[in-house]
Amino acid sequence: MSWLLSLPLIIPFATAIAAFLVRGHASGRWISLTGSAIALAAAIALLMVVLDDGVIAGQMGGWPAPFGITLVADLLSAVMVLITAITAFAVAIYAFGDIDRRREELGYHALFQTLIAGVTGAFLTGDLFNLYVWFEVMLIASFGMLILGGEKEQIDGGVKYVALNLVSTLLFLSGIGLLYGMTGTLNLADLAQKVETIPNQGLLTAVAMMFMVGFGIKAAVFPLFFWLPASYHTPSFAVSAVFAGLLTKVGVYAMIRMFTMIFDHDIGFTHTILLWIAGFTMVTGVLGAASQGDFRKILSFHIISQIGYMILGLALMTPLALLGAVFYLVHHIIVKANLFLIAGIASRATGSTDLYRIGGLYASSPLLAVLFLIPAFSLAGFPPLSGFWAKYVLVKASLDAEFWFMAFIALAVGLMTIFSMTKIWAEAFWKPHPTNPDPALDQVPHRGALLLPVAGLAVLTMVIGLYPEPFVVFAERAAAQLLDPTAYITAVLGAAP
Amino acid sequence: MNSIILIAGARLLVVLMLVFSLFMLIRGHNEPGGGFIGGLLAAIGFVVYAIACGTRDARRALRFRPSSIAGTGLGLALLAGVMAAIWGDTLFTGQWLFLGATETDKGWPLSTVLLFDIGVYLVVLGAILSIVFSLEEAV
Repeated sequence: MSWLLSLPLIIPFATAIAAFLVRGHASGRWISLTGSAIALAAAIALLMVVLDDGVIAGQMGGWPAPFGITLVADLLSAVMVLITAITAFAVAIYAFGDIDRRREELGYHALFQTLIAGVTGAFLTGDLFNLYVWFEVMLIASFGMLILGGEKEQIDGGVKYVALNLVSTLLFLSGIGLLYGMTGTLNLADLAQKVETIPNQGLLTAVAMMFMVGFGIKAAVFPLFFWLPASYHTPSFAVSAVFAGLLTKVGVYAMIRMFTMIFDHDIGFTHTILLWIAGFTMVTGVLGAASQGDFRKILSFHIISQIGYMILGLALMTPLALLGAVFYLVHHIIVKANLFLIAGIASRATGSTDLYRIGGLYASSPLLAVLFLIPAFSLAGFPPLSGFWAKYVLVKASLDAEFWFMAFIALAVGLMTIFSMTKIWAEAFWKPHPTNPDPALDQVPHRGALLLPVAGLAVLTMVIGLYPEPFVVFAERAAAQLLDPTAYITAVLGAAP
Repeated sequence: MNSIILIAGARLLVVLMLVFSLFMLIRGHNEPGGGFIGGLLAAIGFVVYAIACGTRDARRALRFRPSSIAGTGLGLALLAGVMAAIWGDTLFTGQWLFLGATETDKGWPLSTVLLFDIGVYLVVLGAILSIVFSLEEAV
């Protein structure tokens, strides 16, 4: 059982090492692709077992919890691991057309697989300090990927990214130290039981706020998001797609985990703050996007506004709202990574990501136009695409909890999202290209490798949208596990005495 | 730098440091020491050599690219963790093999823990040297 848990971690690490040793050689991309495919199979197997047997846990090195490092997979962890593997697989295919030889020589594939290992580790770990370690693995790998290529703009974005993430890490680490001082344990399951016995619950709230700010920077919530639009439009498209899909979501996942399992002692205080954060994040993100004129910058700001929805689900803390948050996480990763991949193809066909200097894609490549419309409308929440159900559940949850204003904001932000998406549509696809009369998709090299993952992710969006029933049921079970962590605690620590 | 005293001294020092780094690696099993400190010592040995004779000579003496050494080390460390599967234990459970053990003598202990330590040794050596060499060459 424990090997099933460790495989999604071991495979990307082993792939990273193999790809690193042959870096610069053409086989690196095949190693990366094969590794991603195997990791995908392992992630599917893990999810199957978790669906059948409930929460599973493994003690690494045979050291029993709460002393050793525990890996745990409940439904949320398992589905996040799977969605990470899917994104990684799609991007590994995309890299065939997007990553040039020079970046490969600098070790792109090794960094990419290390990043995936870091993300997967963060989803699987059941230990707070181990979570910090995975965050570091992620940060180091993502910094390497961000500045790969060494252009001036990339270094500029990279410095902002690293500086702010270090602040976040520092807060997170201080929080861990304080929590350890209060409870004497860092195992999440053990913590969940021990936090209730802390005499000074006010101090616990203070620590909760440190975690909120620390994870908030990672998740790019208001007002801590400014590193994201400063850096996400600079690296190559495959890199920005992985970042956009996965990195901020690890912050959101950590927040959901901590604020349902550990910091649920004073919901009236912490979750009210989260509610305000959610509202502001949604609004500022979408307004920021409206003011941008670059394909990737618009998408970057939309990541922020979408994070707001997930935080909204967490803040409401009802079963329906958490269902929405889980559903949103999964839907968002697929759609967002896909949109960044499309931005890459559009830029290759037309020569730029600056919306005012490109155009004519609809006339020259209607296939790409259709492939863009699916995730774009899904992002905005058009029925019957995946985003519609995600938004519907969250709006319904806020109405049920009688937060009318939040429901209104969620709907209004959806409307504003359509505005941004139509802007991209009008500028990049509809209007004729200002200089080049015929930007052609069929002149793009390796267009098969570029279009295949985009089409695959679009199909996934359609499937979730047209047949949401099993996904909603799944999200409901995951949300139930989050609200009642008994199964999680039992799986890690054994049955209560 | 071109100093005869340093070059002559380096010949003696580097050998001592490398042997001492191996000693620290093995000793670290039950006493203070280990792969990390051993790797640092070995790296210092090569750095002394690089300062005395130049990075080109030091790279040649190292034979492999420092980053490849680090990569191999990482691979060994991972292998040490995965090997627990053969005995059906969880990831990174230490496995022991006592060579030539008799009733009175424990024999010669071999373990995946030692393999992990060797991996760490190589990672530290390779990582430090790739940083130091590129810094030296950038000057």
